[in-house]
Amino acid sequence: MLREFLLLTLLVVSGTGGELCVSHAMKQIGEVHDFRPLALVKFVLQALRVAWMWVGVAMMALAFFSLLAMLSFENVSFVVPVTALSYAAGTVGAAVFLRERINTQRWVGVAIVCLGVTIVWLSHR
Amino acid sequence: MKEAEGFHLKTYLMIACIAIFSPLGNVLLGKGMKDVGSAREWSPSALPHVLARIFSSGYIWLGVASLLTFFVAYMLVLTWADYSYVQPSSSLAYAVTGILSYLLLGEVITPLRWLGIAVICVGVLVVGHTAPRTTERV
Repeated sequence: MLREFLLLTLLVVSGTGGELCVSHAMKQIGEVHDFRPLALVKFVLQALRVAWMWVGVAMMALAFFSLLAMLSFENVSFVVPVTALSYAAGTVGAAVFLRERINTQRWVGVAIVCLGVTIVWLSHR
Repeated sequence: MKEAEGFHLKTYLMIACIAIFSPLGNVLLGKGMKDVGSAREWSPSALPHVLARIFSSGYIWLGVASLLTFFVAYMLVLTWADYSYVQPSSSLAYAVTGILSYLLLGEVITPLRWLGIAVICVGVLVVGHTAPRTTERV
């Protein structure tokens, strides 16, 4: 069970950290208004020039291989919902690192999601 | 007013892409990884062989393509909406994952697990009624 726990922790921490880094990089680029293919290619190239993007991608790659390892011995319907543990970490991270204002309703929503994750976890045995 | 409608429309469109391509990718990865073998039996010396099996699986590549599509949609929506709004909204994908796991992989999903997934969806609906952006434009 220790291997499962370590994989889940690695997946949640690196996945959430990676998404926070990518979000930080995206905010540096600014809002996208032009959705034509050429403009989207330009947008991707622009994103690749932001250092935070690379840090985020590296962390998300680590999360990806942790996910693959878990999927090799657990059901998809179990693995994917338990990774929603990242909601708590992500919301706290968004408030602390990205300085987003999280209102009460969002906190309630995230708490309900976490309750759902707990129920899915209990369904494992 | 019209600008606000367009803002919400493009946000919902991107979230729909996230909710479809992310679960599909995970289901395909799950299918591919079951063929590779359990990580419980991986040893450090076997890792090159395991990696070779992972990257020669068609299901894994299809899953990666689906997740890349999800990732591009995710990057786009993060340029105008808050991370703390997008992340919970994208959890709609968890419900779709349950449905696809049952339909495509034939996984046995107990009533308790369906209940957990349903509770996650309720949480998503609560979060979905909050504003997409709470910080000032840069």
